[in-house]
Amino acid sequence: MKRLPIATLATRCLIAAFTLGWTLLLSAADRDYGLSPVKIAEDTWVLVGRSEDFSFSNGGNIVNTAFIVTRDGVVVIDSGPSRLYGEQLKRSIARITDQPVKLVLNTHHHPDHFLGNQAFPADTLAALPATISGIHDEGGSLNENMYRLAGDWMAGTDPVTPARAISAGPLEIGGHRLELIALDGHTDADLVILDRSTGVLFAGDLVFNDRAPTTPHARLPRWQAALDQLEKTGFRTLVPGHGPVAGDAGPIRQTRAWLSWLDQTLRRAADEGFDMTEVMAITLPAEFRRLAVVEAEYRRSVGQLYPAYEQRALSKEAGRP
Amino acid sequence: MKIAAIAAVLLACACSLGQAAAPAERRTDPLDSPRWADMRKEMFPAGARVVFDERVRVTAPLTAENAMNVPVSVDAGALGDVQEVLVFADFNPIVRIVRFEPAGAHPGLGFRIKLQQSTPVRAAARTADGSWHVGGAWVNTAGGGCTLPSTGSGSPEWQKRLGEVSSRVWERKEGGERIRLRIIHPIDTGLAAGIPAFFLQDLLLADNTGRPLMRIEGFEPIAENPVFTVDIPAGRSATAYRVSGRDNNGNAISAAIEK
Ligand SMILES: [Zn+2]
Repeated sequence: MKRLPIATLATRCLIAAFTLGWTLLLSAADRDYGLSPVKIAEDTWVLVGRSEDFSFSNGGNIVNTAFIVTRDGVVVIDSGPSRLYGEQLKRSIARITDQPVKLVLNTHHHPDHFLGNQAFPADTLAALPATISGIHDEGGSLNENMYRLAGDWMAGTDPVTPARAISAGPLEIGGHRLELIALDGHTDADLVILDRSTGVLFAGDLVFNDRAPTTPHARLPRWQAALDQLEKTGFRTLVPGHGPVAGDAGPIRQTRAWLSWLDQTLRRAADEGFDMTEVMAITLPAEFRRLAVVEAEYRRSVGQLYPAYEQRALSKEAGRP
Repeated sequence: MKIAAIAAVLLACACSLGQAAAPAERRTDPLDSPRWADMRKEMFPAGARVVFDERVRVTAPLTAENAMNVPVSVDAGALGDVQEVLVFADFNPIVRIVRFEPAGAHPGLGFRIKLQQSTPVRAAARTADGSWHVGGAWVNTAGGGCTLPSTGSGSPEWQKRLGEVSSRVWERKEGGERIRLRIIHPIDTGLAAGIPAFFLQDLLLADNTGRPLMRIEGFEPIAENPVFTVDIPAGRSATAYRVSGRDNNGNAISAAIEK
């Protein structure tokens, strides 16, 4: 997120005025995410977002979306952070194929993965049941927050809840043998799609690559178990939710290493009586310091996760020694 | 109001000319807040000596993602002889956050707060000579923390556990002990529509013989289910401690803090 040095208020106001002026100059219509689909396997394209935090300059495009062109229509995996992104994604698809979009899967209910839904026909939108209720319940506030973080790029964006609930299991579309895998841990429902025809694993936000994982709805033990399962799926190509596409399980191991360090650090800090400000000041191990936005993401994770560790460390019933 | 503010600044400058200050002290607001003149008038008696002093440390994240739960640590230990500490945030709709008297405890406190917008968070420590030493930090936040209802306010389950205390005591490497305690309380600011203010008003931390260690006066911006961190110097460590107090509705809080 924004990391201003301690500036005077006057500087802050100037920056604010400048940003506002700039924002007014560019209307949403002029804004271009510059989406360029990269072919990573037969029939399969990925649009790789930036390894950054949400900002007014990236418009929320920090996420990977993907699509598979089948004989029987296009399968889209995640719709992006805004209506505008969804529309530009749809145009990118149309430049590659005449096939209509047949299915849009939202891997989970985080804003950068479903706020592009508006651009697609309502009957193509599908997700796991808990993702559907997550979008239904929290979509409004997540969308509002995205307006605060990405500004004008969000113009005209409203959350659209998929009507169609999917469940785990095989799904054959136009010659592609997809396996829908229902996991959780990053959120309460994390959909992973394995295309058995190409060996591509679309891991959603269970896997981050060279960018620190986000944890607003995380349950770390469940997430780690999900990663163990993913490593066994026998994929050839791995598409993480954030960060570059990989040809091996490196990003799975990297994500797991971060999560287990985070889990151990927070547990030890709570058991040793650290105040939350002291936990935020802990120096990150060198191996993680090269992950994009790791400092900011670490502090966010402490804010999100530490209270539960504290509670456990403080209450006798919950297993305090 | 503007003229008054300028006058106050001029006055402050005039005073500083005639007074030799300790090196850590200064008369102008290091956080450069346009609200400072108002804060000066609201928070302190008119004649009081008020200086900015880096010996009063306020630790908080520069960017707070969750405006409902912003961690803040105050440490005035470098001053010595601190009578009371008042914590406030210039731009919060309810400015006062917490006031504590370290009657034996280390003059510091860890806690969490709700912020409505980006603001300086300040701690003013009064020393025995009556002067106030002010430290602070800017906290940037998308805000909204003060006008949102607490999660507890809607849930009957929380009402049953109201005032429940969980706590633990640690020995500190540097000597003395650390007490952390968590109190189940929704803490509503009264700014969310239809939900009246409901907050912890008085807490007394004492040792098991009844000698007071710290008095905490809470205000509305303290975060829900507050967690406090208090350090006890070696000379005041005890075999057990006790916390007691009440909220603004008269609900009692009383619990032993055992090792
Ligand atoms: Zn996510």
